Amino acid sequence: MNEIKTITGRAIPVVGNDIDTDRIIPARFLRCVTFDGLGEHAFEDDRKQLTAQGKTHAFDDKRFTGASVLVVNSNFGCGSSREHAPQAIAKWGIKAIVGVSYSEIFFGNCVAMGLPCLRVAVADSEAIQAVVTKDPAVQVSVDVDKLEVRAGNQTWKAQMGDGHRKQFLTGQWDATAELVAGVEQVKATAQKLPYVSAFA
Amino acid sequence: MSSRTLFDKVWDLHTVRTLPSGQSQVFIGLHMIHEVTSPQAFADLRLKGLKVPFPERSVATVDHIVPTENQARPYADGLAEEMMVAIDKNCREFGIRLFQPGSGKQGVVHIIAPEQGLTQPGMTVACGDSHTATHGAFGAIAFGIGTSQVRDVLATQTLSMSRLKVRKIQVDGQLKPGVYAKDVILHILRKLTAKGGVGFAYEFAGSTFSAMSMEERMTVCNMAIEGGARCGYVNPDQVTFDYLKGREYAPKAEHWDKAVAWWKSIASDADAVFDDVKTFKTEDIEPTVTWGISPDHGIGVGESIPAKESFAKDEWATIDEAYQYMDLKAGQPIAGVAIDVAFIGSCTNGRISDLREAARVITLHGGKVNAKVKAFIVPGSEAVKVVAEAEGLDKVFTAHGFEWRNAGCSMCLAMNPDKLQGRQVSASSSNRNFKGRQGSPSGRTLLMSPAMVAIAALEGKVSDVRTVLAKAAKG
Ligand code: SF4
Repeated sequence: MNEIKTITGRAIPVVGNDIDTDRIIPARFLRCVTFDGLGEHAFEDDRKQLTAQGKTHAFDDKRFTGASVLVVNSNFGCGSSREHAPQAIAKWGIKAIVGVSYSEIFFGNCVAMGLPCLRVAVADSEAIQAVVTKDPAVQVSVDVDKLEVRAGNQTWKAQMGDGHRKQFLTGQWDATAELVAGVEQVKATAQKLPYVSAFA
Repeated sequence: MSSRTLFDKVWDLHTVRTLPSGQSQVFIGLHMIHEVTSPQAFADLRLKGLKVPFPERSVATVDHIVPTENQARPYADGLAEEMMVAIDKNCREFGIRLFQPGSGKQGVVHIIAPEQGLTQPGMTVACGDSHTATHGAFGAIAFGIGTSQVRDVLATQTLSMSRLKVRKIQVDGQLKPGVYAKDVILHILRKLTAKGGVGFAYEFAGSTFSAMSMEERMTVCNMAIEGGARCGYVNPDQVTFDYLKGREYAPKAEHWDKAVAWWKSIASDADAVFDDVKTFKTEDIEPTVTWGISPDHGIGVGESIPAKESFAKDEWATIDEAYQYMDLKAGQPIAGVAIDVAFIGSCTNGRISDLREAARVITLHGGKVNAKVKAFIVPGSEAVKVVAEAEGLDKVFTAHGFEWRNAGCSMCLAMNPDKLQGRQVSASSSNRNFKGRQGSPSGRTLLMSPAMVAIAALEGKVSDVRTVLAKAAKG
């Protein structure tokens, strides 16, 4: 089992509430039969738009190249259920996300992929973004066990539901094997459902 | 046990066991598959050597990438063609039914499953698509999942999930003329915000929903996801049973009464306990149009773009972004905003009743599509198309300057040739006005009801459908 306890690395801030999955990976990149190659298109339209305005998106900013912790704000990953969104982020190199809140489907996708998303207070998400913007070289630790985020000598409290936390710590985020193991019970449950057994 | 909601009952019936992680293993009664979110799941099954134990509980179609004009194979877009080949191969190999174009059963996944009678009350429904919430209209617990979970459902017919809280959204009263199911849900989203529903299932209750047809209920449940809720549902009632009766995959004659009795039993108890309740009145609901970049940025067609200060402070940055992206200013009326493209279709509003109402208001108006506007109408399924043509709706549309297309997702998300160009503004009956959603990274979307889209197409700008209805009433 692949246990996920602490992720340490440099961090990259993506600022803004309600960043939807269409922005994380525009739909045209969903025309694919594998997730390979999605990483380079993460946030592509936002990046282009900023470049056109003479600004730089964090994903184009060389100072953040090689970062493994993504720091976001509220309702990140809302919209479409496309797993292509967290896959693009993961393929780019991100191993953990820190933010105020996530859409549920996005969060669920991340769990299934082994990509922990920790929640922090609004002010803390902004504080962490400020710290890493000021010093992109700082090492940030995302501690799933202690539920905290650390950078330099600062520590922020983080949250994650107990069940999910346990899944990461024990490696059970990869639920497939466990689900497969329950197949006899699955059949028994199915047989008790009227629409399976009585009036199918 | 009494005092339980439909959600509680369905959840408990489908819970296989508690997993070591504390999550529940939940059985999925109906799994729907489409070409975009499934290829990687099938690839993973092969990689892990997993089988599909309940192939009869999955059903597949193609919708997102299917062109709505020229459907001849191979598709001009090589990537789209590759995905078509992949889903065909995957379904054959794993023994899953696939409704292909030309079968008479193809269409947007959330339109065809109800149409075929596959979606039924009391089921758990999952699909690698967020608008799976649509199926909640039948009193099913229906939610969108990602590709890894599509793999899990294929491999085990179950998912690892945690229980949701249930919020009752009570709406009472009759809808005023020109106000549709779409306006009801846009109004709810506006009031409860795009993230207000995180952690919840929404139960839509009250006289307004009871009076709605199944198609209207589907429009409402479809967009529950835009409010952050994982799913939305309406308790099954006679309207539900009447809709299902006689559909191809609905219970057959000898089983019908048994089915209805069970369906009735899974509805929320009269004294069901909810985690939260929100109440609305139809008299407060106007034809609603979104002006911004999130589906909760809706206002009545008679209103002006709201000031930033009317939103919570942590929304201000998003609101500023919306003004800038949409090129609209606070205080500017939404009525009169010029449009370039009009799109009627999608799993929100691509059903026959949507097309009938569009045709009705177009006829009442009597005009032609504005010379500056490209307007097209995309039936949600092949079956919708057949009925529409039998009723002559296609003739109404084309006579008034609308294009009439084949079934698919079309410009709802523009993974096919239907796309906005540059900064074009669309009036759209779909569900998302996110930046870049309709195919141009800088394209702009105004969400509204299909009747409002039809009138916007004729007038070339956002206009109040009630003006047309009132004139007609005066005759
Ligand atoms: S019509 Fe739009 S929202 Fe519905 S399934 Fe297709 S792309 Fe998704």
